[in-house]
Amino acid sequence: MSSQLAHHFEDMSQQREASSLGMWAFIVTEVMFFGAVFTAYGICRMMYPNAFGEASNKLSVLLGAVNTGVLICSSLTMALAVRSAQLNKTKSIIGFLIATMILGGAFLGIKVLEYSHKIHEHLIPGLDFVYEGVHAPQAEIFFSFYFVMTGLHALHMIIGIGIMVWLLVLAMRNRLTDQYYAPIEITGLYWHLVDIVWIFLFPLIYLIGRA
Amino acid sequence: MSQVVPQKVYLLVFATLMCLTLVTVDVAFYNFGILNLWVALAIATFKATIVVMYFMHVKYSSKLTWVFAISGIFWLAILFTLTMGDYLTR
Amino acid sequence: MKHNQTIATPEDYIHAGYGVRSWLFTVDHKRIAILYLLSITLFFFVGGFFALLLRLELLTPQGDLVSAETYNKLFTMHGVTMVFFFLIPSIPAVLGNFLVPMMVGAKDLAFPRLNLLSWYLYSVGGLFTLYAMVTGGIDTGWTFYTPYSSSYALTNVVPVVIGLFILGFSSILTALNFIATIHRMRAPGLTWFRLPLFIWAMYATSVITVLGTPVIAITLVLLGFETAMGAGIFDPALGGDPILFQHLFWFYSHPAVYIMILPSMGVISEVVTCFARKKIFGYHFMAFAIMGIAVLSFLVWGHHMFVSGQSIYVGMVFSALSFLVAIPSAIKVFNWTATMYKGSISFHTPILYAFGFIGLFTIGGLTGLFLASLATDVHLTDTYFIVAHFHYIMVGGAIMGYLAGLHFWWPKITGRMYNEAWAKFSALILFVGFNLTFFPQFILGHLGMPRRYYVYPDEFQVLNVMSTAGATILGLGYIIPMVYLIWSLRKPRDVGENPWGATGLEWKTPSPPTTHNFESTPVVDGDPYQYSPEERA
Repeated sequence: MSSQLAHHFEDMSQQREASSLGMWAFIVTEVMFFGAVFTAYGICRMMYPNAFGEASNKLSVLLGAVNTGVLICSSLTMALAVRSAQLNKTKSIIGFLIATMILGGAFLGIKVLEYSHKIHEHLIPGLDFVYEGVHAPQAEIFFSFYFVMTGLHALHMIIGIGIMVWLLVLAMRNRLTDQYYAPIEITGLYWHLVDIVWIFLFPLIYLIGRA
Repeated sequence: MSQVVPQKVYLLVFATLMCLTLVTVDVAFYNFGILNLWVALAIATFKATIVVMYFMHVKYSSKLTWVFAISGIFWLAILFTLTMGDYLTR
Repeated sequence: MKHNQTIATPEDYIHAGYGVRSWLFTVDHKRIAILYLLSITLFFFVGGFFALLLRLELLTPQGDLVSAETYNKLFTMHGVTMVFFFLIPSIPAVLGNFLVPMMVGAKDLAFPRLNLLSWYLYSVGGLFTLYAMVTGGIDTGWTFYTPYSSSYALTNVVPVVIGLFILGFSSILTALNFIATIHRMRAPGLTWFRLPLFIWAMYATSVITVLGTPVIAITLVLLGFETAMGAGIFDPALGGDPILFQHLFWFYSHPAVYIMILPSMGVISEVVTCFARKKIFGYHFMAFAIMGIAVLSFLVWGHHMFVSGQSIYVGMVFSALSFLVAIPSAIKVFNWTATMYKGSISFHTPILYAFGFIGLFTIGGLTGLFLASLATDVHLTDTYFIVAHFHYIMVGGAIMGYLAGLHFWWPKITGRMYNEAWAKFSALILFVGFNLTFFPQFILGHLGMPRRYYVYPDEFQVLNVMSTAGATILGLGYIIPMVYLIWSLRKPRDVGENPWGATGLEWKTPSPPTTHNFESTPVVDGDPYQYSPEERA
């Protein structure tokens, strides 16, 4: 629909390509953002392998693994939602978007559960941190990274789900078609990036020192 | 309009990702010493790669998209390598 | 443009819509550029005010004007304001926003609403940080080194860090906009190697912004978390490493200095070609040098950490790479000079600023080599030599480039010409004031006067008095343009499309341009800078 062509673009193709490139550039910023905190974490872990291993054992592998599975499912449904838009299947777009949002919500729910466990176990750095053993200061550093990294990740998911609400509205108004699907395509890119962050986060934070 | 990826491809990628998740959890409980880290990273990198290639359509995208994707990884490598270099050579 | 035309002409962007709302909710890149112009000018004078106070304190060897704690706040807030709220946005957000679409033949940037959001974020971040500075201040140095900032400072570290985090998004959005626009919205025939060098500079700056700003963002998050929660990532007493903070901080902040200088370099290429009536010497080398500087800028950050406790081997690597980044910068200086050789130079204000830039940037750059060398840096680091070095680049270089650009494109932006006599006069005042302020600081640093100290040995007083006197003159040099530029707005908008006879698509539009810049997309069929020395500007 030419009514969806912004006035400063020559044609829909230019508009879509510009949107895609803009989102890819944004994804690069996210790679550097999370990558930098992974670097800091990696260095601290290298300095205190035993302390970090011990602290990491306080996390639940089961919950982390389930969350990984949930997020991978949501990536699948998101990819299928974009594909539905490319094939002009509005009902499918709506279905897959809702599925993605439910899965994202499930992830966040499990996250809330995990955080509540940490509150119960008094493992909140700075506010309420009780840890037995000689590794206490380094464990506090580990949990600082845990909360910052998973917290930022969760924040990105919340924003992503928020954007999907908007996409749902667009889809319900039949505005996402095979001629105009850039909004859902670029949201998909964002969502897959959030998935990739977790793909690295889960083994590096939950699975160290388990052997 | 960019390429429509067949549903089968998505499902195959999905299945691979789920299997590899199980593998990475399983492997973590065996003691391979320093290799544990490298195995975990290798699996995660492969998973991320197939997400990028198929879910994010980079396999079907323009060279420019490839340049952007690779630049991000490359620049992160600069940060990581030179910073690690400091810690490893002190 | 005549005023009595009977043919209806489209309104220019300034008059297309009246009222505060039409400005605050605009999506026109030119209006957003003006909004930025007003904001960054405000912050420039705020930052200048802090500098004035600290230079006043330094008139005497004793600490008699302000307390030590206040002095720490003054230099910190001067640095934070000038770096983040003036220098980094200045050319990209003002000249870049205004000119990038026009120079590539587009009607606007790729994402006009993101552009407006960028200005909102700048304003929110700026006001928030300003508020934090006014209600308690910050005294950690603009570098926020831990553990002082995270564990010991009693000032508003967390609010300032939040303000800067918000500001980072502003930078990133502008950069995303420029990247998408330059890649996807160039006019037909406008290949990469036909682009004005200003566009190359905006592109490279945007690439640096995209790759670097997120790292300072996460660093600020970690710093904020550590300060608020007392976690210990960067605090040695708790097992953390302060050098880790420095690595993360400087990974961005070194490329940031190239974010501050590359746009000015872009301006200089435009100005020198126009006022020497000659095409740029070595266009391809200039474009590759710009990109080379952008890439290499990410490989040298450790030269800020030679004495921090960083590994000596990594220090050597960073030192060698720092020498390497001087090469493309030098190529640019040589090429501007070669452009002027056998050109037909006319001494309008923009090129006076360009001359200033070329000379002062060269001095700043050369002094950087002493600092890149490990052995000499040990003696010079944390002294006034460093302060002089970066002010030669940031003020003698970047700000002069900004003023060159502001004067060059003023007629296009406003449709009026400023008073040339006053403009030349204030350029001269600036040049004299600048050198009087900062050259003595090279000597002071070499003699051992440390930076960030509010007292000093008596024998350094003469040089400090010279520096303060220079700063006063410099301040005057910045106030005068405010007056004559605003005064020029009282004149009618009659400069015409191209008062300088310059090349470039932006000069093929009315002055001031209409909202959509071009009625129909222009087509480009030749190289840039097709000047001939037989004509004069």
